[in-house]
Amino acid sequence: MANGVWVVLQHREGQLPRISFEAIAAAQKLAAQLGGKAEAVLLGAGVGLAAAEVAKFDLAAVHVTDDPGLRVYTPGAYIGALAPAIQAASPAFVVFPHTYQTVDYMARLAQGIGAGLLPEVTGFESGADGLVWARPVMGGKLQSKVRVRGEGTVLVSVQSGAFPSDSAVLLVEAGEADVKPLAVDLSGVKPDREVLGYEEVGGDTVDLTKAEIIVAVGRGIGGADKMAPVEALAKALGAEIGASRPVIDNGWLPRDRQIGSSGQTVAPKLYVAAGISGAIQHLVGMKGSAVIVAINKDPGAPIFTVADYGIVGDLHEVLPALTEAVRAAKG
Amino acid sequence: MKIAVCIKQVPNTEARLRVSRDGRWVDEEDLPFVINESDEYALEEGLRIAEKTGGEVVVLSLGPERVKEALRKALAVGAARAVHLADPAFSGGDALATGRALAAALARDSFDLVLTGSQSDDVGYGGTGSVIAGHLGWPHVWLVMGVELEEGNASAKVTREMESGVNEVSRVRLPAVLEVQAGINHPRYASLKGIMAAKKKEIAAASPADLGLDAGQIGAAGSRLEIVAVSFPESGKGAQMLEGDAKAAAAKLVEKLQKEARVL
Ligand SMILES: Cc1cc2nc3c(=O)[nH]c(=O)nc-3n(C[C@H](O)[C@H](O)[C@H](O)COP(=O)(O)OP(=O)(O)OC[C@H]3O[C@@H](n4cnc5c(N)ncnc54)[C@H](O)[C@@H]3O)c2cc1C
Ligand SMILES: Nc1ncnc2c1ncn2[C@@H]1O[C@H](COP(=O)(O)O)[C@@H](O)[C@H]1O
Repeated sequence: MANGVWVVLQHREGQLPRISFEAIAAAQKLAAQLGGKAEAVLLGAGVGLAAAEVAKFDLAAVHVTDDPGLRVYTPGAYIGALAPAIQAASPAFVVFPHTYQTVDYMARLAQGIGAGLLPEVTGFESGADGLVWARPVMGGKLQSKVRVRGEGTVLVSVQSGAFPSDSAVLLVEAGEADVKPLAVDLSGVKPDREVLGYEEVGGDTVDLTKAEIIVAVGRGIGGADKMAPVEALAKALGAEIGASRPVIDNGWLPRDRQIGSSGQTVAPKLYVAAGISGAIQHLVGMKGSAVIVAINKDPGAPIFTVADYGIVGDLHEVLPALTEAVRAAKG
Repeated sequence: MKIAVCIKQVPNTEARLRVSRDGRWVDEEDLPFVINESDEYALEEGLRIAEKTGGEVVVLSLGPERVKEALRKALAVGAARAVHLADPAFSGGDALATGRALAAALARDSFDLVLTGSQSDDVGYGGTGSVIAGHLGWPHVWLVMGVELEEGNASAKVTREMESGVNEVSRVRLPAVLEVQAGINHPRYASLKGIMAAKKKEIAAASPADLGLDAGQIGAAGSRLEIVAVSFPESGKGAQMLEGDAKAAAAKLVEKLQKEARVL
């Protein structure tokens, strides 16, 4: 029977991003629910310092690999390391931070070992017949409740921000979790991807992170030829123009205006989002803004859940009216 | 090259949604459906590669009768033929069940390359393409933003998007499954000629029996995940909604931004 909770941590050259601590928090909460302590896994080469940092958390163990074959991430090597370990220990759940790297290999790992696959959860609660998980569907317009059926390990990834990292529990009295080597044998792994290098996405000429005010537009603007009211408002406010991904993908604005998980992360004092629905990949790039204004014709758009002020309406009417009001106020 | 593209039909992202009567999914009546956004880009990429290498694109879709409309659209922009996994037993699957069915359909043919989108705009598992690759035993790359064929089409230089403005560039042997991210290209529109030609192209149905699968391995029955309820998030939680016509709402907003939020 599958038993216990594992958490696989992502790091970049030994540095742990916040979402790895969020994954620890999620795994601890889940393990407590099932009656036990979570165990962490750290893959890589020379990740001793990161392991020591993880060992400060209330975990049953930290399993650490040190294999040159894991220095550069490839799905083949990561799956080659994790698959036998998960199959041998058969934990009920393996928790991952929901990152682009995780998504790149988690589904294939699940398929390979016959585990269940539950991506991008935002929470769970225990119901009459077991755990009920929450995850967004329809680009965040709806929240779904999901149950897992059947037996065997389930791979779960947790959405950024869903389990606050500061809720991860440290070991009291300066104790340390057991750091154990995780033996891996990558000799049988078929290389699936030869990494040639990494490159910056070109054209980063606009630094939106320095802007005090941003007027951001989404697909709701309707075309490159409809940008004038946005430009007028940005000018009146002394703002930079930003955008959601589809605006960029459609070629209505250049790529260096994209805000979100694949674009820039901004936190201006005022963020005006017009015609943007508020998918999580957009929200992670702007929800730290001091004041958020949302303008959308759909009152159910998820952008309103992070907004301070909202106007339900057609942006082609609201933006010119707003420009006018700003001009009047500024005299 | 012979290229397969998996396309899913999903509700238009701008559609107003209603929860279905049983509370488990959206009400599909009168709901406008489109080809999933990243799949449109995958299809375009497939067409470009087929044109460059001299080959054809076959589109596959799993879903009910309405899915034919998406397949017709793909045929109209240049796909040569289509395969439809239409049996109700296929429906309601998680990424593992849907990927298993699509992989079985793909394995009946001999493709040099399989393209999928990176994520579906409805359930958004982001994993179906990788599952397909696992079944076929081929390499895969998720979130593909560039494909350059090399070595006489034996391998490809693939650009994968990573977080915050960095891409990974790698070499992948073909055949492979590439899970295309939106924005990789600019999808074409169907021409009138293409729309007419599409009417004569074949949409072949594939049943579970054709694929050697039994009902317990696919669709809802073959899935570990079961969606038990969907609901709207608490709208405007914490947000002050400013009422009135555009002019009135704008005036109120500016006043709030000045006097309350003090950001103007
Ligand atoms: C791996 C990955 C990475 C991604 N990275 C990013 C990223 O970095 N940044 C990003 O933004 N997205 C990103 N996305 C895409 C994201 O999931 C959403 O698809 C995207 O943010 C939606 O953009 P949107 O809100 O403009 O469009 P939609 O979701 O289509 O919303 C358009 C909105 O406009 C409203 N509207 C339409 N007409 C009007 C009108 N006349 N007046 C007022 N409102 C109107 C509609 O009601 C709707 O709410 C990523 C996706 C994936 C899978
Ligand atoms: N029912 C389906 N029919 C055809 N392709 C699909 C289907 N479901 C998923 N896919 C493909 O798999 C990709 C990822 O989907 P998902 O794993 O649901 O996010 C999509 O972009 C499609 O290319």
